[in-house]
Amino acid sequence: MSAPAADAGVADPALQRAHEAGAPAWLAEVRRTGREAFASLPMPGRGDERWRFSDVRSLSLEGFAPAPAPSQEDAARLARGSALTADAAATLIFIDGHCVSRPELPESLRRAGVVFAPVEDVVRDRPELLRGEALRPPALLGGGKLLALQRAWFGSGYVLHVPDGIEIPRPLSVVHWALKDGSAALPHALIHVGARARATVHEWRLAAQPDLRTLSVSATDLHAGPGARVERLSVQNWGSAAQSFEIDTVAAAAGAEVLSVNAAVGARRARLENVVRLEGEGADVKLLGIAVATGEQEFDQRTLQVHAAPGARSDLLFKNALLDRARTVFSGLIKVAPGAQRTDAYQTNRNLLLSPEAEADSLPGLEIEANDVKCSHGATTGQVSPDELFYLLSRGIPLPAAQELLAQGFLEEVLTRIGDAGAAEAVRGMLRAKFHS
Amino acid sequence: MADLDQDERMQREAIDVDRSKGDFRYEEDYAYDAGVGLDAGVVDYISRVKGEPEWVREFRHRSLGVFESMPMPTHWATDDLDNIRFQEIRYYLAKGQKPSRTWEEVPDDVKRTFERLGIPEAERKFLAGVEAQFDSEASYSRMKEELEKQGVIFCGPTEGLRDHAEVFRRWFGKVIPAGDNKFAALNSAVFSGGSFIYVPKGVKVAQPLQAYFRINAQNFGQFERTLIIADEGAEVTYMEGCTAPKFETATLHSAVVELVALKGAKIQYVTVQNWSSNVFNLVTKRGVAEEDAEVRWIDCNIGSRLTMKYPGVVLRGKRARGEVLSIALANDGQHQDTGAKMIHAADDTTSNIIAKSISVGEGRSTYRGLVHIPRTLRGCRNNTECDALLINEHSRTDTYPAISVRGRRNSVQHEASVSKVSAEQIFYMMQRGLTEGEAMSLAVNGFVNDLVKEFPMEYSVELKRLIELQMEGSVG
Repeated sequence: MSAPAADAGVADPALQRAHEAGAPAWLAEVRRTGREAFASLPMPGRGDERWRFSDVRSLSLEGFAPAPAPSQEDAARLARGSALTADAAATLIFIDGHCVSRPELPESLRRAGVVFAPVEDVVRDRPELLRGEALRPPALLGGGKLLALQRAWFGSGYVLHVPDGIEIPRPLSVVHWALKDGSAALPHALIHVGARARATVHEWRLAAQPDLRTLSVSATDLHAGPGARVERLSVQNWGSAAQSFEIDTVAAAAGAEVLSVNAAVGARRARLENVVRLEGEGADVKLLGIAVATGEQEFDQRTLQVHAAPGARSDLLFKNALLDRARTVFSGLIKVAPGAQRTDAYQTNRNLLLSPEAEADSLPGLEIEANDVKCSHGATTGQVSPDELFYLLSRGIPLPAAQELLAQGFLEEVLTRIGDAGAAEAVRGMLRAKFHS
Repeated sequence: MADLDQDERMQREAIDVDRSKGDFRYEEDYAYDAGVGLDAGVVDYISRVKGEPEWVREFRHRSLGVFESMPMPTHWATDDLDNIRFQEIRYYLAKGQKPSRTWEEVPDDVKRTFERLGIPEAERKFLAGVEAQFDSEASYSRMKEELEKQGVIFCGPTEGLRDHAEVFRRWFGKVIPAGDNKFAALNSAVFSGGSFIYVPKGVKVAQPLQAYFRINAQNFGQFERTLIIADEGAEVTYMEGCTAPKFETATLHSAVVELVALKGAKIQYVTVQNWSSNVFNLVTKRGVAEEDAEVRWIDCNIGSRLTMKYPGVVLRGKRARGEVLSIALANDGQHQDTGAKMIHAADDTTSNIIAKSISVGEGRSTYRGLVHIPRTLRGCRNNTECDALLINEHSRTDTYPAISVRGRRNSVQHEASVSKVSAEQIFYMMQRGLTEGEAMSLAVNGFVNDLVKEFPMEYSVELKRLIELQMEGSVG
């Protein structure tokens, strides 16, 4: 496929149609379905409950186009800055959606059938791993049009396939770089961890320059098989003018344990949609979110915890610190299906307002159709405690430093639960930098 | 019910509410009947029969236009709303009587109805004033003489807007404008009956004012309108109860209640709603609290097919306080969609919401909340707690709060929990000789007890009776 003209946008149907040419029939079909859905669906509007409190007026997909592959020099330069997961078993690097570095998996994992490769390689070598993707569940939380756009451009991203019983002890790392201003990247990640298998994935979304204006629409589907243990850390630190949309799903089979952590640092506006389905008895999913919102940033977090099976557990904690004129929207729903007895489901959203101009919106919801359940949600929004602040001030710590210390203490509750200490420290560093921007 | 097992049937019977008290009716011969359906002619008819001033007639017509132009709110609310047949409803029925001042003057059949509901006894015992509304108009209205001497006005909207326009016109439709929502617009177009109350500066009405609302005719829509103004430093408690007999077809009740608490005033508004299970109960209730004022809604929903009601307080003056205490009981075929709204609009305002719901059988209860603190404010606080109790396997509960906070030194906390009656509790009580039904009754009453205590005494007794559990069929 040829590089598109500089002025043609990612939303251009002619450009989308051109992307279907030459692809295998099943892939062309995925893209065609996406293109048609994108054309027929409306942009999110003010009346849409799933976009309540979001600034939908400033939402625009105009002026973003897929970028050409980066130069060798750029690829080499950015690869040097990609070691955020210090002891990664393997690292995949993308620049503006193009894979520039394929990982060398240890021989033992390769022989066990582990696949950790960019989508384009999987399309060529193992298409059966991706074909079912046409059946991916629709975006339930309002991102339908964005997901359709992602499907229309299907071809970027990666696949992690871990066969039954295989344990990958060290984390796998994926680094997405934004390099060119105005570039659009639309990657898809398919993470399939088989029965009793074990894997950890870290994803880093980074900008080559701090003020880049880029578009990212990513879709991630995580399947944890029976008794599997999966940890996923996703860190968003795009350029300050970027728009970012992550449309994710998690499916946990019986006895599976999943820890999913989302950190929001960069971008002008970033939206996360995460639909978690507990599909088997004893499944246990923990969802953590952490954000420091500054300037005019808008972080929009939409989650759905679906308990489709009895005896499962889910626990969500999203903590946001807000400065300047920033805004966060947390909208979470716990849905307990009829018959999902002995469900334990929790949801907590805590917002710390560090500026009178900041705004935290919270929409915590429950829909319960079974009676033998333990469900609760809590949402709080407030300032740092005056007593704690006074204590620090009385010991000679200046006000901004004292506020920052207390805010960092507030965020530690989430950071300490990231399994990998090195990755946690990298996230901590990014969040700290935001107090001084 | 054939698919229910014995235990579940017993549990349901154990918790069912006695609705028989309101389930009776008398044949009625109405002197005024606006016919079936809604158009500009119906609005004119109501306005003419009531002898209203021109500005009220215009207000009605404007509201009708708003009602017709607004879509049904089914993008967030239940599709059951689409089952309301607006053109099959009768919008105005009255016997043509003026509200009677003494019980003896009330027509015999209407008197029988209200005697069955126990109104005169209630009045004799406790109440400072009573108004009873039969379909569209008040049929009985009485207030203790000393209150009249103090300048308290207690009348219906027709008299209020005609005889005391200088008092009521300023606030009428201001707390809840016609365009607030589709059903407020409908009420604004066809309202009749309700209470207009003014309590002068510094007057503290020690005993509650009370109203009973009764739908007696099939296919009838009741659209009462209430406006309560407590002037500076005044205090008043108002209580309303509602019943309707069970008809074959659905009935609509759509009220608008506006409260105005001026500086330092206190208004407490108590509702025990026990409509029969085919009534659509779609009510807009909102209060304004000025500086140091307090508005308190105590709201109990037991009846109706679908209730949508979210009492709100606009906290407009410094240090104003708003509170909503809510109990909902949803049984088979019922959906109690209730909640609260707290709009903070001044510094150092505080609000508190405590909501408890019980879902029985296939009943569904929903909490919807809104807490809004804008960025110009400081020192505002909100506390929200909502707890749901699920009795049977197919019972359902939902919680949808929306919280938006900015500004300095503002804080909100929201907590919700869902639980069932624990098997251990029931076992413990049965082991001490209670039947399963009695044990369930005790557990449910315990769940709502701390809220029931907040109700005025005469209502908490009634509430306990309504939530009373019947033990027949329960095996020890």
